[in-house]
Amino acid sequence: MRGPAIDRNLVVVSLALMLFGLAILYSAGQTDVPTRAAGMWERQIVWFGVGIVACWVVYNISLRVLEWVAPALYAFSILLLGVVLVVGTGAGTAESSHSWLSIGGHQIGQPSELAKVATVLMLARFLSGRKEAPRSLWDLVGPALIVGVPFLMVLKQPDLGSALVFVGVFFAMLFWSGVRPRMLFLMATPGISLFLAFNTLAWSAWIIIFVLILIAWRPYVWDWTTFLAANVAMGAIAMPLWTRLAPYQQNRLLTFLNPEADPRAAGYHAIQSRVAIGSGGWFGTGYTEGPQKRLAFLPEQHTDFVFSVVGEELGFLGVAVALGLFLTLFLVLLRIARRATDPFSSLAVFGIIGLFFTHVFENVGMTVNLMPITGIPLPLFSYGGSFFIICALCLGVALRVAYDSRSSGYLDS
Amino acid sequence: MNGFDSYRLRHRADIARVILIVAFVVLGGAFFRTQVIQHSKFQLKAETNRLRPIPLTPPRGSILDRHGRIIAENVPGYSVKLLAPSTDSLRAVIAMVRRFVPVDSAQVSDIVERFQRARYQPALIFGDASFEVIAKLEEHRSVLPGLVIQAEPKRLYPAGKSVGHLAGYVSEVTEADLSADKYPGAVLGSIVGKAGLEREYDDTLRGNEGVHYIEVNARGRLVREGAASAALPPTPGNPITTTIDLDLQQFIDSIWPAGVRGAMVALTPKGEVRALYSAPTFDPNQFVGGITSAEWRKLNNDPARPLLNRVIQARYPPASPFKLAISAMALKRGLVKLSTRMPEPCRGGMRLGNRVFRCWKKEGHGSLDLIGAVAASCDVYFYQLGLQLGLDAIIQDGIFMGFRDKSGIDLEDELSPIWPSSKAYFDRLYGPRYWSPPGTTLNFSIGQGENTQTLINMVKFYQGLAGPGVALTPYIVRSSSGKGRSLGLTPKELDALRTSLIAVVERGTASANRRADLAVAGKTGTAQNPHGDDHGWFIGFAPADKPELVVGGIMEFAEHGTTVAPYVVRTLRRYILGPDAVGPVKLGVLLDESLTSRDTAPRPLELDPDSAAARAATDSIRRAEGNQ
Repeated sequence: MRGPAIDRNLVVVSLALMLFGLAILYSAGQTDVPTRAAGMWERQIVWFGVGIVACWVVYNISLRVLEWVAPALYAFSILLLGVVLVVGTGAGTAESSHSWLSIGGHQIGQPSELAKVATVLMLARFLSGRKEAPRSLWDLVGPALIVGVPFLMVLKQPDLGSALVFVGVFFAMLFWSGVRPRMLFLMATPGISLFLAFNTLAWSAWIIIFVLILIAWRPYVWDWTTFLAANVAMGAIAMPLWTRLAPYQQNRLLTFLNPEADPRAAGYHAIQSRVAIGSGGWFGTGYTEGPQKRLAFLPEQHTDFVFSVVGEELGFLGVAVALGLFLTLFLVLLRIARRATDPFSSLAVFGIIGLFFTHVFENVGMTVNLMPITGIPLPLFSYGGSFFIICALCLGVALRVAYDSRSSGYLDS
Repeated sequence: MNGFDSYRLRHRADIARVILIVAFVVLGGAFFRTQVIQHSKFQLKAETNRLRPIPLTPPRGSILDRHGRIIAENVPGYSVKLLAPSTDSLRAVIAMVRRFVPVDSAQVSDIVERFQRARYQPALIFGDASFEVIAKLEEHRSVLPGLVIQAEPKRLYPAGKSVGHLAGYVSEVTEADLSADKYPGAVLGSIVGKAGLEREYDDTLRGNEGVHYIEVNARGRLVREGAASAALPPTPGNPITTTIDLDLQQFIDSIWPAGVRGAMVALTPKGEVRALYSAPTFDPNQFVGGITSAEWRKLNNDPARPLLNRVIQARYPPASPFKLAISAMALKRGLVKLSTRMPEPCRGGMRLGNRVFRCWKKEGHGSLDLIGAVAASCDVYFYQLGLQLGLDAIIQDGIFMGFRDKSGIDLEDELSPIWPSSKAYFDRLYGPRYWSPPGTTLNFSIGQGENTQTLINMVKFYQGLAGPGVALTPYIVRSSSGKGRSLGLTPKELDALRTSLIAVVERGTASANRRADLAVAGKTGTAQNPHGDDHGWFIGFAPADKPELVVGGIMEFAEHGTTVAPYVVRTLRRYILGPDAVGPVKLGVLLDESLTSRDTAPRPLELDPDSAAARAATDSIRRAEGNQ
């Protein structure tokens, strides 16, 4: 008897994104000035092969095995993060950071990528093992520890972009596990407080509003005192924290707020990317023809700023198609998560959504200065081996979950 | 686990879906704003990113003489420029260029300086490169990133050094010029006129710059020429036709004695400048394409000051030629007639108070009438005439006749002559009791004293005498349409003065130059120079009865006017009688003692026309007077 078919929607949309990405990667290498991006698309084809094999392997592994192996995988990735903090090397936009693991001078991957997926699986296992969705802060200590440890280690590398991904995954999975949105909001408040702390008046206003919210929502005593303390503490440590940031991080945040402040240096990426995208107009300058890319004004056009090539050469229509494909991918994954046979599978797939979404929103957002610039790749588009394989693994997990729910007779409703 | 029932899950999935869609709408909206709404802004930014404007030099208008012969024109030339992202890489490319064509280190620092003034523009390496240089560079283009070779019109002065001061020269506009807005419409890199006619008529000659765009990459390297936007072609400058007679101009250059400093200028009675020559001269062609700093230093540090236009920028005591002005004043005021004799005959000097003022001729001239006094340039006669006039009248009439004003010729940087506005000038200069009015009067009567004139201003006065008594503003291009200064003399008085000038050549101090075929009228002069040998003057016109040309010449350290007279007379003959009437130039003339008859004057005021300090002192007094 033939088993249930593979989730064709996910396969089609993933392949479409991969091919789209490959085409853009090819174009990124077509410059009038020799750049590193020249032959990258050929190497990416090799990674495609490796990734598809990895995807197929995972597709054939039961989610129960993944659930069982999750703690070990998590522990292993934490170990790697520890190692990389000691012997890691930098690359690309973050030359000075400790994010790459090298053996014999060959960079073999970024452990933070593995840590992301391991954290998703570990958190899925932890949350699915509980009777109830976390209701109080105390219930959230476990999840916070699971995410917090790799988060802090990645932050220490320092890799702000990847660290943000852990935050995205954390909130997404808590939401999916049933944590009330107002609880999630309260958890986000220290971040808001941190941001507003640079303006005393705004911060004071915020604290007043926050107290009013606490009065209205009446959370547990222990919870609200903690939240309030966290908000006040954030306001107090904002400045010392700022001064402890590396200058390049400060610059990135400042240039996000005002790219023109330093157009030649820190703001260069932000400005050139927007110029390239803006000059694309409705229909773009034509595939492989983008002058800003061709003349090397566009930096990192094969990795972090690959989406700018889409904007310049294919115009707003090309961008709309690409964004539409990504949105379709997320909606397909969302349906898989909803129809999953068990909470672990469902949470794992939703964690993958959170992971991908943070990447896409941050990466695409930074090319139009909607988000600050962090060195974070675009799933299925950017050149890169380890991240592509992680993406393929995630898709493999999602395909398996879809397969399981189909084989258990879950039908469209 | 609770909470994963299908109802609650569906609810959460709905929320998640809304969040996802909203997030993508926000992303899409950001792109829509950037790509569609702000498209034109970023389009422009993208173009300024990669397109560098390269100015296209317009061909300068030609400068023609009155017969349409060329004083300045354009010929095709090539300029070599380099585009570079930084000073270091510019130096690296220049080092590469030096392997193929020689560039001395002074030039390298010039290039780097030019680059640092305008980093986004290609830096000029050679403004005027030979075909061999271009061929060599083109051959090695692949190792010379940023090389821009442009065909550019370049200036050529076929008459070379003979038109140096007349034409002036061109060079790249300096930053100081730009900030002073000296050349309206000029931009960095524009070629502008720096002296002479090139400067005065720069607006007409320059034309408007064109532009074309070259595409560069992020490192500022040239990728494509003439890319994208259409080029704006340059508008050529307009030609100017001058009143100059190029033959005469070149003739003066050919007869001018080597190594002698001085100037010569020829005017028609209508004020048209036929020739304007200053020596030592320079070749304006050496400025084309940028003068090297070594050549520039040489021109600037030469004690003979070749860049000084001695026709308009040097002041000399007018000396004996000024006696005609004194005569004119006296005639006008009715003090004398041509036949009037002075009470005291010339015995080689004249006593005034306890001082003796000498005549240049120790033996004395005896008793002379006005014609005889002019012809013999008798100082004693003019001392007495001056005393009859009085200092106030001399100063007043001098101002009236234009000795206190510039000639108004259409050339820039003409110096104002020095002439007092009133007797108060002397009080301020020396203190009320430290100068003697009668002594000063005597000095002024023979063209010495606190009176220095430019050659052009003196020739302008003589042109007034040669014509109907109106000293017309001299011009080279733009007719001032008969604007001039009446000398206030009746035709009879003018006739009288001309008669006396004819006598100078017929039987007076310049009689060595008398020829039967052309009657020349003129006056010699010796300007006393406390710093060395005296300067020689001669201003004359011919034919004496119906003047066609007025020529004035001054030679520094020539000792006296009789030395200068042959050159002026030759110039007059060349113009009026044609090339055949002028024999070969006798080079010995300057040193030939036998031709000279002494023409001296009493103690001059220590006023050196070339002394900057003296000029500053007198200028400050002038200014003080002007403010009153």
